[in-house]
Amino acid sequence: MGYPYSHDLETNTLLSRHFGDVEARSLDGWKKLGGYASLPKALEMDPAQIVELVKESGLRGRGGAGFPTGVKWSFMPKEPNGPHYLCCNADESEPGAFKDREILRWVPHLLIEGCLIAARAIRAEHVYIYVRGEFFPFSAILRDAVVEAYEAGYVGADILGSGWSCDVTVHLGAGAYIAGEETGLMSSLMGGRAEPWIKPPFPAQSGAFGRPTTVNNVETLAAVPMIVSEGAAWYRQWGTEKSPGTKLWCCSGHLARPGTYELPLGMPLKDVIYEVCGGTPDGKAIKAVIPGGSSTPMLKADELDCETTYEGMAAAGSALGTASPIVMNEDTRIVPAMRRIAQFYAHESCGQCVQCREGTSWTAKILQRIEEGGGTPEDIDTLYHLCEQMTGRTICPLADSVVFPLRSSLDKFRDEYEALIKR
Amino acid sequence: MKKTIHAAAASSQAFQVADLRPTERLFDDPEGRDRLEKAVSRYPEKRAALLPMLGYAQERNGWVSADNMDEIAEALDLTPAYVRSVATFYTMYNKHPVGRHLIQVCTCISCHLLEAEAVFERFLSETGTRAGEISADGRYTVIEAECLGACGFATAVQVNDRYFENVTPEDVPAILNELD
Repeated sequence: MGYPYSHDLETNTLLSRHFGDVEARSLDGWKKLGGYASLPKALEMDPAQIVELVKESGLRGRGGAGFPTGVKWSFMPKEPNGPHYLCCNADESEPGAFKDREILRWVPHLLIEGCLIAARAIRAEHVYIYVRGEFFPFSAILRDAVVEAYEAGYVGADILGSGWSCDVTVHLGAGAYIAGEETGLMSSLMGGRAEPWIKPPFPAQSGAFGRPTTVNNVETLAAVPMIVSEGAAWYRQWGTEKSPGTKLWCCSGHLARPGTYELPLGMPLKDVIYEVCGGTPDGKAIKAVIPGGSSTPMLKADELDCETTYEGMAAAGSALGTASPIVMNEDTRIVPAMRRIAQFYAHESCGQCVQCREGTSWTAKILQRIEEGGGTPEDIDTLYHLCEQMTGRTICPLADSVVFPLRSSLDKFRDEYEALIKR
Repeated sequence: MKKTIHAAAASSQAFQVADLRPTERLFDDPEGRDRLEKAVSRYPEKRAALLPMLGYAQERNGWVSADNMDEIAEALDLTPAYVRSVATFYTMYNKHPVGRHLIQVCTCISCHLLEAEAVFERFLSETGTRAGEISADGRYTVIEAECLGACGFATAVQVNDRYFENVTPEDVPAILNELD
């Protein structure tokens, strides 16, 4: 089931099976649906066994980077000499992405169970679920579920009589995209500005509060309970060898049926857009698609026949990212659309690195100038130059995030820039 | 005093809410001290309670005043300058009073494609304000927001702690009517 539309891919619904079912939000309702069955199993396993199982499942980070989850967990020290932490990244704020909020609001206990199992695997004593501030209606549902789980003994001291204790805290952000970057998230959690830091030190060495920490996305953690209960081979029924499992898609823009859909990895992108989402609402042609959230390179309408896996999207010259295609129809003017994207990144730059702070804001200003008819022929070269200067030179990838759509828009829709400049 | 909350919930109370009280001190009453103590109890370092307490100030007063920042600094053993440096980093902490209903219209890319700017303009004209102003009756402040994470349901509008989705310019008068 997707949200808000149901579709007939019933067998592909792992995470989203209970989206739309209010009963699933309460602990009792969730237990009736088979919830909290994986936790006792995980409590009987060694942390190393859980890590191994998740490695075998091939689960990859759903926050955009696609790093293998089990491998990430294996970086955590095996012999703790102090507290470890798990941060669940629910700071969903990539333009185009709106999948984690559906997990928070429909199946909060699934996320809590996933957090606990992951915490057990990395020997964490406290889980911080960092939810973007704007998500009040959704964080309230999660918060109430956490309190319910405490009261029922699933969270807190001596969980289910196992002798193992773990706390969970829902922590609200306050409007900063950069808090979704893992080190920015931890800076913010510790009561600071959400400024990323240079790695190393990696979070598994020194993360939140200077202690070994793992940061995982909501969707990643929500997939963990079913892997523990059903097994790695079962999870590998979906998706491909290198990109197993299902993925929540967030489809927006000029679509007949925009929304969140759970689909097996590997489906052709054109099927996601034309079959699942019904193409454009009025039958207009598609001009461009930004397939993985606003920070990924644009694809033209004739480039959509690509496999939606981490590898397949890279081969097509873009990225799977958060699987959040933003669809633009033939009437869309690329320069204003790109200007709006650049304004977002200019607004959200934390300001630590010059290339990003100046680069994003000048990109936005130059695009605005071109849009308003004041552009010069050199502006296109300047934008390409900015792309060079903003790539790979900063603490975090925020500057790169504007380069990906910008460079692809210049390469693929140069005529639209030139038409505005000549006017 | 409001209903006592579970410590696990101390860092996740909605802080953009409608019931605006006059700016008052935070930790002089049992409610404030309870919130401070509970938030601090969730982290290995006191400083981590800073965002929850800035949120608490806004939940209580509708905005975060300089006096409140000083109070928080003292309670968490931080300098007032440090607290300001953090408070001003985050867009959701109102550093000035806002109308009883803070209306945030997402105009980021997915909403932009579906004419969010027209929704934004309609909110401004219906409330008779310019962006960021408080309307003459104190009811509304309208601002543009960066991505609200509801891209499939453009245009997304947040009013205090509520979401309105699939908003068109024609929906604006009805939304304003619904707000008290």
